[in-house]
Amino acid sequence: MPTEVGDLVVAAKAGDRAAFDELVKATYAQTYTLALRLTHDEEDARDVVQEAYLRAFKGLKKFREDAQFTTWLYRITANCAATHLGKGNRHRHEDIDDQSQLFDERPEVDPEASADASLLRDRVSTALSHLPPRLRAVVVLRDIYDLPHEEIARELGITEAAAKVRLHRARKQLRERLFPLRGEEQAHAV
Amino acid sequence: MQCDEIAELLPGIVDGGEIADRRIQRHVESCLRCQAELVQYRKLLKALHLLRTEVLEPAPGLLTEILAGLEAAGERRAMRSLLNGRNAAYAGGTAAALAAGAVGVAFLAHRRRLSLAS
Repeated sequence: MPTEVGDLVVAAKAGDRAAFDELVKATYAQTYTLALRLTHDEEDARDVVQEAYLRAFKGLKKFREDAQFTTWLYRITANCAATHLGKGNRHRHEDIDDQSQLFDERPEVDPEASADASLLRDRVSTALSHLPPRLRAVVVLRDIYDLPHEEIARELGITEAAAKVRLHRARKQLRERLFPLRGEEQAHAV
Repeated sequence: MQCDEIAELLPGIVDGGEIADRRIQRHVESCLRCQAELVQYRKLLKALHLLRTEVLEPAPGLLTEILAGLEAAGERRAMRSLLNGRNAAYAGGTAAALAAGAVGVAFLAHRRRLSLAS
């Protein structure tokens, strides 16, 4: 049984089911991380991950090995999350207007003063969770997973121009929340 | 250009995704507010990049669920392929029988023509 992802992909493409199971074991935590970042709901993230692996399993023959398997899997996961959130009713409350203000319940904190990477990660994760899902998806895929605009647009079913507009809005809202300029702090310290 | 106009462009300029033309560059070079805002956007990108290496703890039982789902999908696929194989075998058998029949008819017709000729 091969152990490297590349070898496992080759074996799985040749019909080796055990190799595909090994691929799942090697990548499911990362896939779950992305799904959770996109959905911000554990139950939804589980559904998205399951669906993503089923689609990957069915579409594995189409995977071209010049790309990274994980990047391909991330694209599938993003697509599944977009579909899942699109048809979900439980998330209507999250579907607020892109321009709405984010409310920071906590006292003002200077991220530089905290100087703690894990604390900063927590703050970024919290700020991401306050974004509307469609803005969150774009900024997560672009700035954390480094997917190009073109692929993000394709997987989310939007135009490239729309993807860029959403990215701008997401970055602006995150910047105002996490790194406010003088005068912006009060607007978010509601 | 005004700061408000520049502020709308900074989220795209910060990672080089969009090109800042000379007018924008000149404004930012001479405007402390826009410089400060650009710096904050750079900090934001660095903070987001921190999440690149973070892997969250998967929900318990998730791996088992995924593998079980794949197993079920694999069985469905195998069943479909078996049925397709049977259908193909049936179609092949029918085609072979028809072909044999046609050859037989042609042979008999040929013999009949020969006997009539003699």
